[in-house]
Amino acid sequence: MRNAFADELTKLGNEDPRVVMLSGDIGNRLFDKFKDKHPSRFFNCGVAEANMMGVAAGMAMNGLRPVAYTITPFVTTRCLEQIRTDVCYHEAPVTIVAVGAGLAYSGLGPTHHACEDISFLRSIPNMVVICPGDAFEVRGALRAAMQQDRPVYIRMGKKGEPVVHKGPIADFKIGKAITISEGADVCLLSTGNMLPEAIEAAHKLKDKGISAEVVSFHTVKPLDEEKLKQAFAKFKLVATIEEHSLIGGFGAAVSEWLVDTETKHQKFLRVGTPDAFFKKSGEQEYAREVLGLTGHQIADKIVHALS
Amino acid sequence: MNVAVRSTANAPDVAALKAQAAKLRGKIIEMSHKAQAAHLASSLSCADAMTAAYWHVLNIDPKNPTDPLRDRFILSKGHAAAALFATLAMKGYFPLEELDTYCQDGGRLAEHPPANLLPGVEAATGSLGHGLPLGCGMALAGRIKGENYRVFALLSDGENNEGSVWEAAMFAAAQKLENVCVVVDYNKWQATARSNETLMLAPLRDKWAAFGWDAHEIDGHDVGALAEAMQNIPNGSGKPVALIAHTVKGKGVSFMEDDNNWHYRAPTAEEVIKAHKELGLA
Repeated sequence: MRNAFADELTKLGNEDPRVVMLSGDIGNRLFDKFKDKHPSRFFNCGVAEANMMGVAAGMAMNGLRPVAYTITPFVTTRCLEQIRTDVCYHEAPVTIVAVGAGLAYSGLGPTHHACEDISFLRSIPNMVVICPGDAFEVRGALRAAMQQDRPVYIRMGKKGEPVVHKGPIADFKIGKAITISEGADVCLLSTGNMLPEAIEAAHKLKDKGISAEVVSFHTVKPLDEEKLKQAFAKFKLVATIEEHSLIGGFGAAVSEWLVDTETKHQKFLRVGTPDAFFKKSGEQEYAREVLGLTGHQIADKIVHALS
Repeated sequence: MNVAVRSTANAPDVAALKAQAAKLRGKIIEMSHKAQAAHLASSLSCADAMTAAYWHVLNIDPKNPTDPLRDRFILSKGHAAAALFATLAMKGYFPLEELDTYCQDGGRLAEHPPANLLPGVEAATGSLGHGLPLGCGMALAGRIKGENYRVFALLSDGENNEGSVWEAAMFAAAQKLENVCVVVDYNKWQATARSNETLMLAPLRDKWAAFGWDAHEIDGHDVGALAEAMQNIPNGSGKPVALIAHTVKGKGVSFMEDDNNWHYRAPTAEEVIKAHKELGLA
């Protein structure tokens, strides 16, 4: 996702003189092309995220379209007040791009994990929250964000994730979920970098004779209510899947929607991270296995819920 | 490059500025009384800097508050909102009568400057340590777009407690933002204690200088000196400029000066009359 972001940003920078890139001293060589073409519009803001976010807001309030980028906890929780007050209160069109969603940087330890950011950011007025499911969704989200006159948060994985879509998504729309594969029995609503696990879960379920629909529910705020209505009306079970805490994340947002809209439904299952720091060493695959977030484990949970 | 026409290179009319500062103080005191709102003393200590900025330095047109080439003034110490509101009304950004709605239900004049609601307010402030990063972004936007407007940020001394101020200070120096000027209203008090007994600010000028700024100490009640120093931005140093303005909290009213109870206290009707007399307004 990371390289797709840098590449798409360079293209956007060529097309739109308002696009400015702010980095929190990260992405060594990642932005070389952008820097080469637009040296006056690239700023390494150092390890000073509160200032970076304020600078981005000041630029956006004066006609530019800044993108503020660093590792997820540092570009969200570290500077949360600047996001709330400088960016969102002023309705400043800043695009915040985070790398290392959820447990993507598992091996770096809990200081670098990010399982609370959706919760914090979606509660702030005027903020849009997008969790792209693969590199093509990153491109689509970034392009769509630049056409907004409001703050947007894009929560990316890292690099080298499986690419799900076959090519650029011409009709990528904020707030419009993408059905990856249709099914008849259960519906897997996946947000962000869990999309490959959701697809794997659907394969495992097929082996067990259960037909699962897979949806990349990339926008957590605003929710695609149409898709939710259809899913809860049609399927025996709807599951939300995210690499984020069950408190306040995507599944929580869907739960709130279910209660508020008094939508009739059958089974509803939320898959996410527990209310605990993941302290052991180990890479993302290991962490997912321990926390029950892998495709085969998700399939097992669904079978269990249906039984 | 879109070059802004500077308002004036003339020497400040110090007598006129002093008279204006007294009127501004009188209005702030009235507002505090009517609304029974806090932060009166903080508003009085920066009244001379506000007067110098708005009545001599800033290239602004109240009839065209979003002119892209205007100078930006950010009241980073947002708790002095009464000083900003009174200034903007006196300059004609909105009717003077609207000052009567300060802190009233449903009005535009809350206890801190609002976002996207009131003409002339460049940034919503109130949480400290936000004005300078915003100002740096504004200055860079000007640089990128080829607009040479200037950015002024008025900070409180207590605000220098915030780490984001120093993040921004290093950033502005690295980016050589010579169009940026910080004025620190150094009134030696913060909300509940002496500033230097809370977090050690001293030597404050040396700190800003060490962070790469062209830093100067100035009498924060010498409205002529303030006007000249601010009008001189950019000053040829190639650096952002910090003016450490030595002030007295509650300045202008003998029974409020350097008495930190007036951080929160609002005056009675009798005290307003007494204060106005001292300011030569009665």
